[in-house]
Amino acid sequence: MVKERSDRDDSGMSSAENREAQPFQGPVLFYNDTVIDHFTNPRNVGEMKSDEADGYALVGDPSCGDQMKLWIRVGSGRITDIRFKSFGCPGAIATSSMATSMVLGKTLEEAAELTDDDVVRALGGIPEDKKHCSLLGIMALQKAIDDYLLGRMCAESCDDLS
Amino acid sequence: MIYLDHNATTPISPPVLQTMMPFFQENFGNASSFCRAGRIARAGLEEARACIAAVIRSSPEEIVFTGSGTEADNLAIRGVCRAFCGRRCHIVTSSIEHHAVLKTCEDLEEQGTAVTRLPVDSRGVVDPDQVLQSLTPDTVLISIMAANNETGVLQPIEAISGIARSRGILFHTDAVQAFGKVPVNVDDLDIDLMTLSAHKIYGPKGVGALYVRKGSAIAPVLTGGSHERGKRAGTENIAAIAGFAKAAELAGKNLAEDAVNMAALRDAFEEQVMQRIAQVRVNGRDAPRVPNTSSMSFASVDGESILLHLDLKGICASTGSACATGSAQPSHVMRAMGLSPMDAQSTIRFSLGRDTSQGDLDFTVRVLADAISKLRHISSTA
Repeated sequence: MVKERSDRDDSGMSSAENREAQPFQGPVLFYNDTVIDHFTNPRNVGEMKSDEADGYALVGDPSCGDQMKLWIRVGSGRITDIRFKSFGCPGAIATSSMATSMVLGKTLEEAAELTDDDVVRALGGIPEDKKHCSLLGIMALQKAIDDYLLGRMCAESCDDLS
Repeated sequence: MIYLDHNATTPISPPVLQTMMPFFQENFGNASSFCRAGRIARAGLEEARACIAAVIRSSPEEIVFTGSGTEADNLAIRGVCRAFCGRRCHIVTSSIEHHAVLKTCEDLEEQGTAVTRLPVDSRGVVDPDQVLQSLTPDTVLISIMAANNETGVLQPIEAISGIARSRGILFHTDAVQAFGKVPVNVDDLDIDLMTLSAHKIYGPKGVGALYVRKGSAIAPVLTGGSHERGKRAGTENIAAIAGFAKAAELAGKNLAEDAVNMAALRDAFEEQVMQRIAQVRVNGRDAPRVPNTSSMSFASVDGESILLHLDLKGICASTGSACATGSAQPSHVMRAMGLSPMDAQSTIRFSLGRDTSQGDLDFTVRVLADAISKLRHISSTA
């Protein structure tokens, strides 16, 4: 048995390298320091008045009661400001904080490509049963971008009419 | 660490551990063995049985030791249904039971047993009249918990057991959270089957008991040897059982006096919280409760987020029940009491213990007020 194991190590499939290649294998049992930091000091918390915001979204997860509001300001195709408020678990608050930090200053196209996996990876993983919480922030972001694009389309078609 | 999660579990008290120790090595025998080692173990087992029986005022032979409170609930419910094998069975229970009862009833329901789950009022109390109205000619068992694990609310056990007795129906109560906190005497309460657990009363984990009134129809769930008078096969865990008995004996001493002191501590804690924090609801406050439990809902903030703030300051509390942690579903108990999913999600349970001090609670109030204020600042619904 011992021999077998050392052979496998020699073949380059050491457990350390496995961890390197697949950083989030195995159950994550509790929130790590990065998640706790984003939970205790969430970035981009706040609100915008309707005349300040270019896009707004309200999303909820009826299964657990989580709710989130998110506002964006857009300039030259980029997110120039982003604010959120959340009724949610630590996972929801931390992933919203991280997601908003990741897209601030990014183009709308770049922001629209952000996935919940990207956010979870940036946080260094979250417990398995909390992964669904990270979806809420992404949903809110997509919806706020859609809200902005829809608003612009409306404005353009109104311009065409006049 | 300030531990305020005693309804989840308690540490083993030193005299309990002392009672257990000889059964690991010196008196390690199998209670079913004929030899000397077996007889010593048997004596320990029967002494423990007599001790638990004395605390709940039953006969020793009416105590069946199990591996947990959950197992005792399973034995009570499945055991009665199996004893009525071949007959159509109907069980009456409540919507606020522990999952050990609810999931067991669900499982039996899938196999054809009819189940009625009674609602509770906004205080979290089952109405005995509704128990009476729900009975059918097929009803074989009524199972209503003595005290709820999330709110500590005591159920009208005497009234319900009276109904069961008058109709010749067996009555089971899960008394895991009541035992050791309020007197539970099977004769005064006229109970047929009662679930107990050791680790909620400063005893070891992995041991529980089912009280089975003499003559009650019940079939075993675990089959094998003739342990526990044929009601529960499996070599008895004597160390744990001896510890359980010691814990029960200690919990029974000064019960009334301890209860008054703890209720005073708990009530003062709730007062302080309500003074310091706006929009707090104390669940079940208008109903009789066990003295150590406090369930509070804080509008606009998520319970788990409160817990993490407390945890970072070394305070252990819980949302609802430890068993439901990790599930995204808001507490079925809070929902049954009429709370919205969001308010149910905003609920924290504090459960005090023997060593909880005024200082612990003062500190907890300060940390709690700070946490709620931070979270309400972030909240989309505040």
